[in-house]
Amino acid sequence: MTISIIKNSHFWFFSSAAQGTMSILEMVLIALVYLGVFSVAGLFLVLLERRIAAWFQLRVGPNRVGFQGLLQTMADALKLVSKELTGTVKADMFLYNLAPYFVIVSSLMALSVLPFTKELQAFDINIGIFFLIAISSIGVIGILLGGWSSNNKFALIGAMRSGVQTISYELSVGLSLLTMILLTGTLQLSEIIEVQKEGWLIVQGHIPAIIAFMIFMISGTAETNRAPFDMVEAESELGAGFHTEYSGMKFAYFFLAEFINMFIIAAIAAIMFFGGWLSPFGITESIPWLGVFWFLGKTLVLVFLMMWFRWTFPRLRVDQLLTLEWKYLLPINLVNIVLMALMVWLNLIIKV
Amino acid sequence: MEGTTKNSNFKTEEYQINMGPQHPATHGVLRLLLTIDGEIIKKVEPDLGYIHRSIEKMCERDSYQQIVHLTDRMDYLSSNINNEAVCLAVENALELEIPDRVKVIRTIIGELTRISSHCLWWGVMGMDVGALSTFFYGFRDREMINDIFEETCGARLTMNYNVPGGLMLDLHPNFVKRVKKFVTHFKTKIPEYDRLLTGNVIFQKRTKGVGILTKEDAISFGASGPVARASGYSCDVRKHHPYSALDKVTFNEALLTEGDTFARYQVRIQELWESLSIIEQLIDNIPEGEHRVKTNAVIKLPKGEFYQKVETARGELGVYIISKGTKNPYRLKFRSPGFSNLSLLNHIAVGGKIGDLVAIMATIDLVIPDIDR
Repeated sequence: MTISIIKNSHFWFFSSAAQGTMSILEMVLIALVYLGVFSVAGLFLVLLERRIAAWFQLRVGPNRVGFQGLLQTMADALKLVSKELTGTVKADMFLYNLAPYFVIVSSLMALSVLPFTKELQAFDINIGIFFLIAISSIGVIGILLGGWSSNNKFALIGAMRSGVQTISYELSVGLSLLTMILLTGTLQLSEIIEVQKEGWLIVQGHIPAIIAFMIFMISGTAETNRAPFDMVEAESELGAGFHTEYSGMKFAYFFLAEFINMFIIAAIAAIMFFGGWLSPFGITESIPWLGVFWFLGKTLVLVFLMMWFRWTFPRLRVDQLLTLEWKYLLPINLVNIVLMALMVWLNLIIKV
Repeated sequence: MEGTTKNSNFKTEEYQINMGPQHPATHGVLRLLLTIDGEIIKKVEPDLGYIHRSIEKMCERDSYQQIVHLTDRMDYLSSNINNEAVCLAVENALELEIPDRVKVIRTIIGELTRISSHCLWWGVMGMDVGALSTFFYGFRDREMINDIFEETCGARLTMNYNVPGGLMLDLHPNFVKRVKKFVTHFKTKIPEYDRLLTGNVIFQKRTKGVGILTKEDAISFGASGPVARASGYSCDVRKHHPYSALDKVTFNEALLTEGDTFARYQVRIQELWESLSIIEQLIDNIPEGEHRVKTNAVIKLPKGEFYQKVETARGELGVYIISKGTKNPYRLKFRSPGFSNLSLLNHIAVGGKIGDLVAIMATIDLVIPDIDR
């Protein structure tokens, strides 16, 4: 149903005027829709996190603004938009103002390739998964810039920690996804999901796939700078870390980007390990638009997992963080790739 | 040639940051001037005085009944034990015979105060190492104790339940029932604490082998309380110089030898069990009798010097009174546990990371108004 509406409007678009202008107009419109939808989705994730945190902490959580507090984060966002921007005079103003946009733009760009169903995907490029990793690692530049330009020692320590952390854990994110790509033989997201019609990749690849999944979730959590890897903010150590000197909407960009990044990591995991929009055992194969629900459902379960981490675990120390990556995750990952390659070569894959 | 020498381009420099007076990890207005090389701490200089209220000077102005009220504001988390210390000092000086009922009630409430203080410490300890949920679990159980206190004397934190000569009011009829309910409740909750934090791998990695304090250093720095006992220095005032009803109960002094942050953590968890057992031994047979012996409206201590020490949740609190025979003390000095324990910080935190410093500070359990009287 949804798909046909989109298709019809697409044809209507192209029939009404010259193709060149219309295709640009269509791109702009889609971009605007994505921006709108995901800003709201990010706000919804913030609310979800707050309700889940409250649930873990014997509290009720926000439940007054709107039904069950649904409008709480909207109200917060409105407050942040209307707030006066305060900052330090001694900051490097150009970089200081630029930093939040790096962070938010990189996380919003990554969303463009996510496949919600077979049809509903803005941008299906043949290097999809590579694009996702590449784009989402631009965000760290924003964090580094923000911490450096704020002219604040706490912010600087936070930013430097972030640089170290993201560079280290990107290796694990990339390598664990590479393990799975040995199975799929393609980087294109739509094809990766097609392959999984014979069983989700976590089933197809069994042992190495499960190892890869665990490594991906650990390093993905670290990539998004969330607890137990929230060295960057570490409020009991650094106050507010790299965004100490930010306020109002600029702070909100950092905040929102964290949640959208979390969604992206969960979405990548859903695509690479749990079949994306495919329904389990193909139960709703005849109704393709239900794929949106399967995709979002799988993603939200993984998002919940990441929130569960955050509200249960203490924070690692910065040297332990690096030990975990370089001494444990990376070697395991390298062995795991060889294992997966052997399995693919010997055809030990489970196919339904 | 310029720039050819190997290290001239990459000269590292130590820098200083101010941790506090407004910082989430210092739990109050303590300012630490840190000298840092990258993440490694080279020097910690505590800077005090942000919450100094001249309590000792004010004591010289006030009567002995009034002094008790001031002690609440020192270590507010063990306010009742502070009150008890001053009352005991005054009673000993006057050589008053205190009824058994008063002694038992003081001990029970003192141990409840200790549990309540340790609950708060546990919650904040978790928060300092990054496990935010512990705070709410600690407060859930602390709330039950505060409710009992509220019913007993009308106040939840700064209690003022003790007066020289006994207690301000008799116990509320519900007291025994509610304390028993709390004891059974809390016995099921300490294992929950262990599951949530003690057994966590990350937590153990963060705390084991961090901030090691040897027994010799503990003694020479004047450390007391759980901090010293984690280093194997047996210094529990309740054991060595029992006061109130503590000579009637049997309990073990929590004693460990590792001296690291994790040992300090475990000592406090063990103390929770010991406090529960002390309460259990006393709660069933609170003797009948007067809750207060009559004293003069204006208490005048005989000429001389008097010292009384008690074990608060943080360590040894000493009250030293010099009296010239008037209604005010000539000089009153508090030996606060937090001050001596804070002096350890530079000794055990140097060489660690910023994260270690936060964990160490959490287990030293600083209450700033106690340090800055």
